[in-house]
Amino acid sequence: MIYDPAPLAVILFISIVALVLGISIYFARKTSSAKGYFTAGGTIPWSVNGIAFAGDYLSAASFLGICGLIATVGYDGFLYSIGYLAGWMVALFVVAEPMKRLGRYTFADALDAKFNSKGIQLMAGISTLIISIFYLIPQMVGAGALVTPLLGLPHWAGVVIVGAIVTFIVATAGMKSTTYVQFIKGTLLIIFSFILVIVLLNKGLDTTPDYERYRIPEVINAELSGSEVSSAENGYTVKGQVTSGDYTLVALEKAGLRSWWSLDNSGTTPVLMEALSKTYTSDGETLYNGAVKTERKFHPVGRMSRIYLEGETVEKTGKLNFISYLRAIQNGQVIRYAKKHIDFEGDTVTVWAQNPTSGSEFMRPGLKYKLGEGSSIFSKLDFVSLMLALFFGTAALPHILIRYYTVPSPRDARRSTIVAIAAIGFFYILTLYMGLGAATSGVLDVESSNMAAPLLAKSFGTFLFAIISAIAFATVLGTVSGLIVASSGAVAHDLMDKFAEVNFTDKGKVKAAKITAVIVGAVAILLGILFKGMNVSFLVGWAFAVAASANLPSIMMMLFWKKTTAKGITYSILVGAISALTLILLSPSMFERYGLDASNAPIPFDNPGIISIPLSFITIIVVSLLTQKKAEA
Amino acid sequence: MLHEPATQNEDEDLAADYKTKLGLRLFFVYGMVFAGFVAINTFSPTIMGSIFLFGLNFAIFYGFFLIILAIVLGVIYNNMCTAKEKELNK
Repeated sequence: MIYDPAPLAVILFISIVALVLGISIYFARKTSSAKGYFTAGGTIPWSVNGIAFAGDYLSAASFLGICGLIATVGYDGFLYSIGYLAGWMVALFVVAEPMKRLGRYTFADALDAKFNSKGIQLMAGISTLIISIFYLIPQMVGAGALVTPLLGLPHWAGVVIVGAIVTFIVATAGMKSTTYVQFIKGTLLIIFSFILVIVLLNKGLDTTPDYERYRIPEVINAELSGSEVSSAENGYTVKGQVTSGDYTLVALEKAGLRSWWSLDNSGTTPVLMEALSKTYTSDGETLYNGAVKTERKFHPVGRMSRIYLEGETVEKTGKLNFISYLRAIQNGQVIRYAKKHIDFEGDTVTVWAQNPTSGSEFMRPGLKYKLGEGSSIFSKLDFVSLMLALFFGTAALPHILIRYYTVPSPRDARRSTIVAIAAIGFFYILTLYMGLGAATSGVLDVESSNMAAPLLAKSFGTFLFAIISAIAFATVLGTVSGLIVASSGAVAHDLMDKFAEVNFTDKGKVKAAKITAVIVGAVAILLGILFKGMNVSFLVGWAFAVAASANLPSIMMMLFWKKTTAKGITYSILVGAISALTLILLSPSMFERYGLDASNAPIPFDNPGIISIPLSFITIIVVSLLTQKKAEA
Repeated sequence: MLHEPATQNEDEDLAADYKTKLGLRLFFVYGMVFAGFVAINTFSPTIMGSIFLFGLNFAIFYGFFLIILAIVLGVIYNNMCTAKEKELNK
């Protein structure tokens, strides 16, 4: 899709970035010690820390990814909201206060508090680095997706801008600036998301959205000769057809312009429904709906084709409330788009075909994670695995764990967690409305689900779009800052200071952390460019799976099982991290990323948690039992 | 080397055991409700599509319930912990 940058959007974007940098420079002057750099001196008030928690957590995955998933796969996207919040129960009830009591700078300190083990220091530091990098990828992908409609820049430019700004922030000021950036961003994100939902409900639903370049795709009559389409109305010439899964895709031509259509033969007369297509021709050209990109033939999608309200079918609903909005979608029909890859006359074509879906299907689980009709044991395992990772992953994320050390006491850690749960829970309810709004307002870009929420805001005017996009960009900046602080703590404090026993001065340790921040920032930029186009919430699901597998079993067993030994913790982190990583690298989604056939992936599901989390628990139990005598001695 | 705590923790917390037990109990309660959600989706997904309240299906209701329950349990936990801290840590 081509986007034109709006001057107001650019001004607001620059203002937000300037504000973030201003905060950073202000706090940089006050931060010179390691204590100040890693934990803001433990002086952050609990209420500020609670919203900063929310700011950390409501990352690109929550705002961009979940809304995008809900817009494309309905309720299955909302499963992420439910799982992400449920994970905070583990954080609050099990982890928050003990971690604060035991820890100093990083979560490795807490794990190692009883043991002073080199193995724990090494493994905990490495696992923090791995999880942070997994979490950084989706943030960078989100940044790239944002700058395209906001500033009209390519994906890679967004990734580089975020990488550069964040590295500057972290390499200057550390945790205090990151906290206040997250506090401001978290507050703004929740307020403006609420405003967006109120505006959306006031507008209601409409079968003919009036968003900018949106147009209702054509439906034309066709004639069949056997199973082949022989002719189509409105002056189109049939050029051929391809079957892909349940879809018969037909190539038509008119005035030298090729377009793709899907055949619907379920009614009395066969009809062709206009699709969107992106063609990579054999001579290296890329065509959007048959023309070069600058001709702007590609258009946004997503609408309701039937609305059923209070017992009758209507074209428009007018103002709706929080319940009637959901009910109207549930009782209607949503036009989704199915993505198909085909080869035709030497060209490689991606076709997005109309997929009318009943509202009742859209509003219950099953479109992404096959659980009912068409399900298999593996699709069910994939779902359970995802929910396990989300539930157990939150309390093991390094950038969340380090926030327990920024408040003065365990009681403040608990209170700030509750503020976070209330803020995050409220926001996650809003994600359902924003995602559904994007699905039905004609704003979706079929190439990137990540832009659903900002583009929904755009349908209500440039100001709302500009402010929402700028906040989303700040969201990425804040989360990436937190992750890089966590990574630099892992390297400078856990690996270099404690494990390798480098004899640091206070300033030397901060310097090592800042150099690490620059290196991790560079790696994140590279990965953000490589993973372009993947849904950011899906990617974050992987980070949760690695965190839940590598860290959580150790944290829980260390707190609640007296027989836990240092070797048990060390091997548990090792086995959890390696098994989760291996399963991810051999998953169908990664095979698709390698350019291979996803059905050939040796692991038949994407989410590793159901195997790697129990494996990590078993490891800590077995190894701890085997090393009891040594521990007692 | 710099292994000192970043912050000075409060004096010994006499309510720590109470809070740990309460946290585990509430974690168990929420865990069961969450497991129920996962189990219904996995083994009887059709239940999720059935109309439950206000014309909305069970999936929407259960999802919202899990989010609101998390907030309510969080507030209850904090109030009970604070009361116990005041009682024991005078």
